[in-house]
Amino acid sequence: MADIDALARRLRSELGPEQVITDRQELRTYECDGLAHYKVVPAVVALPHTAAQVAAVVRACVAAGVPFVARGSGTGLSGGALPHAEGVLIVTAQMRRILEVAAQDERAVVEPGVINLHVTKAATPHGYYYAPDPSSQQICSIGGNVAENSGGAHCLKYGFTTNHVTGLQIVAPDGELVRLGGKAPDPPGYDLMGAFVGSEGTLGIATEVTVKLTRLPESVRTLLAAFGSIDQAGAATSAIIGAGVVPAAIEMMDALAIEAAEAAVACGYPPGAAAVLIVELDGPAAEVEAQFEQVTGLCEANGAFEIRIAADELERALFWKGRKSAFAAVGRISPDYIVQDGVIPRTALPEVLRRISEMAESHGVRVANVFHAGDGNLHPLVLFDDGVEGEAERAETVSGAIIDLCIEYGGSITGEHGVGMDKAKYMPRMFGPDDLDTMQLVRCAFDPSHLSNPGKIFPTPRLCGEKAGSDLRERFPGVEVF
Amino acid sequence: MIEDLARPATGDDHVGGVPARLVAEPATTEEAAAVVAAARDLTVVVRGGGTKLHWGPAPRSLDLIIDTRRLSGMVEHAAGDLITVLRAGTPLDGLELGEQQLALDHPPGATVGGTVATGASGPRRLHYGTARDLLIGITVVRPDGTITRAGGKVVKNVAGYDLGKLYTGSYGTLGLITECVFRLHPRPAAHAYVRSTAPARAVPAILAARVAPAAIEVDAGTGELAVLIEGTPEGVRERAALVEKLLAGEIAEQPPGWWGLPPWEADGIGMKLSVPLSQVPALVDTGANVRGSAGTGVLYAAARDITEVERLRALCVRGGGHAVVLTAPAPVRDILDMWGPVPGLALMRRVKDQFDPEHRFAPGRFVGGI
Repeated sequence: MADIDALARRLRSELGPEQVITDRQELRTYECDGLAHYKVVPAVVALPHTAAQVAAVVRACVAAGVPFVARGSGTGLSGGALPHAEGVLIVTAQMRRILEVAAQDERAVVEPGVINLHVTKAATPHGYYYAPDPSSQQICSIGGNVAENSGGAHCLKYGFTTNHVTGLQIVAPDGELVRLGGKAPDPPGYDLMGAFVGSEGTLGIATEVTVKLTRLPESVRTLLAAFGSIDQAGAATSAIIGAGVVPAAIEMMDALAIEAAEAAVACGYPPGAAAVLIVELDGPAAEVEAQFEQVTGLCEANGAFEIRIAADELERALFWKGRKSAFAAVGRISPDYIVQDGVIPRTALPEVLRRISEMAESHGVRVANVFHAGDGNLHPLVLFDDGVEGEAERAETVSGAIIDLCIEYGGSITGEHGVGMDKAKYMPRMFGPDDLDTMQLVRCAFDPSHLSNPGKIFPTPRLCGEKAGSDLRERFPGVEVF
Repeated sequence: MIEDLARPATGDDHVGGVPARLVAEPATTEEAAAVVAAARDLTVVVRGGGTKLHWGPAPRSLDLIIDTRRLSGMVEHAAGDLITVLRAGTPLDGLELGEQQLALDHPPGATVGGTVATGASGPRRLHYGTARDLLIGITVVRPDGTITRAGGKVVKNVAGYDLGKLYTGSYGTLGLITECVFRLHPRPAAHAYVRSTAPARAVPAILAARVAPAAIEVDAGTGELAVLIEGTPEGVRERAALVEKLLAGEIAEQPPGWWGLPPWEADGIGMKLSVPLSQVPALVDTGANVRGSAGTGVLYAAARDITEVERLRALCVRGGGHAVVLTAPAPVRDILDMWGPVPGLALMRRVKDQFDPEHRFAPGRFVGGI
């Protein structure tokens, strides 16, 4: 095992003593991210203030052969920032300067520790905002968003983090600072930025991020529609998409999720609803008005028994409050719960929800459903009581079976929470060995010694030797090799 | 044996003047994989519709052209899920998607694979993004013959590395793209163009008007600035009228003749310039023959000579952008650094070495001689 004490000494001298933590008690603060049932106490925590310091930490880790894991705000839900017991946790939370708001270029340049919502706050006076809006946007960091390719309720229309990042400065796993892209579009060469975003810390650490700013829409209209059944709400969603409308968001909650939200934040949704839809349209007023009427009509035609239209920003915020607080709210109706994240083709929604409910019933657990209905991204919350013998196991079984359903219907094992530690075991069910092998070719290009967040995403690491290459070079002497 | 899977090349089978020896025309991903596996000691260039085959430097060596035009057709169109699965050789012209569209601008004859491999884009990128944004799944035959998939058939998906982005714009240097999954958009019910002679400096005013244009295109040659508005009939009427007033322009059903076309002649020097948005007016004011997306900062230029290439490149790079020579006559091409400066090149070489250790796929066609 590497000499951690020596490494910690080196980090203290390079960063300053107050930026390096080795005290066992203090280290425990960092033992998990948002997925709290995995816990690992890191050997060292480093709190760099600059990109150069991040690079210095990574170089020190490389020299010592010690793995490192990056962490932003620690809100991730797949254990992507779960520390390595013999490694260094590099926390970017101190790097929270907004370096530039270049409204004339529709860009902002920020450090990785900057909170998602703060980018929007900085851009709003210029008539812009930052579009990706994960529910944790008040606390999650841009660096974490980049690592996870975070989505949010509005990515149905606006896309994910990857569609809103135009430049990165990264510390590659060998400790080199590398710039990819910038404020201008379409940098020449391989789209390494595209590969990096969503790589969950396995290809290095982002130390500066250039993001697109989106013009604030002229008009935003939001409605809340209550339905007597999930099928009706699903049919309304299909009808809206089928009519050629691209709403900014279509969110659905079922009765149990509504019950939890009411208990937690008293959002005052229509009583008796088996499902509610929140539909939001934004854009030029001339478009939004016409389409909003159309959407209202489609909800009515599909059996909505009550439709509320947000009269002002306050009411709109109230509609969203129930939805955005749903995960935490479930704590009000159940001592323990698993937040699942899977994707299915949107058209399979009613069928898959029926099967989830059958599964829940047969296993004797409750499942609350909250999801981005517009893009088929499910967030079933599997409720259980850890105090009751066997419940946790049954909940785990149902949660896993939901992921199986997503795969069966041709969807994905994760829509926005990432693979991380939690879902690496499912990767071989979504991708074949050759597919995983190919992804790891990229890993080998960036991180041949597997020090950057090892053990995440891939269930089995690929050896990065010159395998294919050297073998072929022997067979084909004289072939040009660069 | 590769000879059983390929035919001898004819006079037309060359890339940038480098003649191929063999041409293979697989019709399925499996056939394509068999060809690639049998060609493990050959240098390879993949060819689609050939509309952009003259882009980029000539290959250092060329044994085999893999032509994808038989690898064609729509595998699936799930209208309710707004996605389609297309084989790489499928022409983008005349895709039958009903009330939906694959929002990729392209020249006539371009294929799915060629458009993705070159990362080509057009005016509507302002609203819809580019191939990198619309591609959600991909099947690729690796240079070692392995069939490999990434992404999937749902838009929202963060499982594993997003290799679709890596392949997009990789000019066939990482393998043979055989199938692509795209997200679709509804076809707008109405559209209108606003044509004007307003200067490029008027663009911020259009953006500030929040009319959500689908495209804003500038053409230095005619001095025109034109805007495309898409949406509902009533919405388009109102928004187009606003832009018309703003630019003192004129509403038209049809785009200007230059819309979406490259500004260079077939035997000229063609460049792609990309700059931060605020630099667009300076590029237009250089007097060079530039044209393109004034709303995103991606312009195309017909350079008169190498001096002008260097001048435009210096201006772009100084402003934080890029200038790539897409096409040039052979004598010019051979003395030019077509790609220009490329940050991150060392990492890119390492990626190439992993995917194609012998550098057999499109050797020399890409950045830094990759």
